[in-house]
Amino acid sequence: MADETKATTPVAELSADRPEPRSEGSRPEGGQRFGSRGPRSGGSGGPREGGRKYFRRKKVCKFCVEKIESINYKDVRLLAQFVAENGKIVPRRLSGVCTPHQRRLSVAIKQARNIALLPFAGRA
Amino acid sequence: MNRTYELMFIVRPDMAEEDLDKLISTLEGQVTTTGGTVKNVERMGKRRLAYTVRRFSDGMYILLTVEGTGELIHELERRLRVTEPVIKFLTVRIDEEQKRLDKIKQIRDARRKAAPAPATPEAGGEPAPATA
Repeated sequence: MADETKATTPVAELSADRPEPRSEGSRPEGGQRFGSRGPRSGGSGGPREGGRKYFRRKKVCKFCVEKIESINYKDVRLLAQFVAENGKIVPRRLSGVCTPHQRRLSVAIKQARNIALLPFAGRA
Repeated sequence: MNRTYELMFIVRPDMAEEDLDKLISTLEGQVTTTGGTVKNVERMGKRRLAYTVRRFSDGMYILLTVEGTGELIHELERRLRVTEPVIKFLTVRIDEEQKRLDKIKQIRDARRKAAPAPATPEAGGEPAPATA
């Protein structure tokens, strides 16, 4: 009876084969932290990202550029630019707004929704 | 210790004008008796609501800017809740925001004064030289 030592494949070997998990959104979003200081500088999605056909053109924060200080819930026309067709708030990565302004914008949109100036849910 | 609030409320569209005036004066009276001040009353007119509220699709918007304590707002809101024609209201505190805006304005004005740009020339543009 020959003892056959089972050559157990160490777990470490398995994990080495697997490529490091790269979250798709992390690379282009790396420019996010610098974007809050001013207009976002060329956050183009790297060509290495498989599947991402479109590249991000330079996005500037509308509020920073036009120096709009107060984002009020009353000016529906301004707020409506950042609201999608179905009433959802457009995410920052699509509208190009910087973080502090996006926060204030989101608060204003929610206030406008409460006072029936903007809908909660639209068409879709 | 007075804070500035902005109270916006919607009244049903088929409300009579004088009833509306009565309501507003009642609210103003309430404000002054509690020791606050009414800064501004603005009737924003009839607007289409973004969604139906209590089976109404239009409404008269009224904006009331008030300076007072939190207790005052509590009382005003209680009144609005009870008043039948009022279908929605929203109170926003604006004194912090005002402070921030004033500060920004101050900084901007100071900056503008510090670096005066010679935009307009002094001379009014005398067409012809002094005639002899």
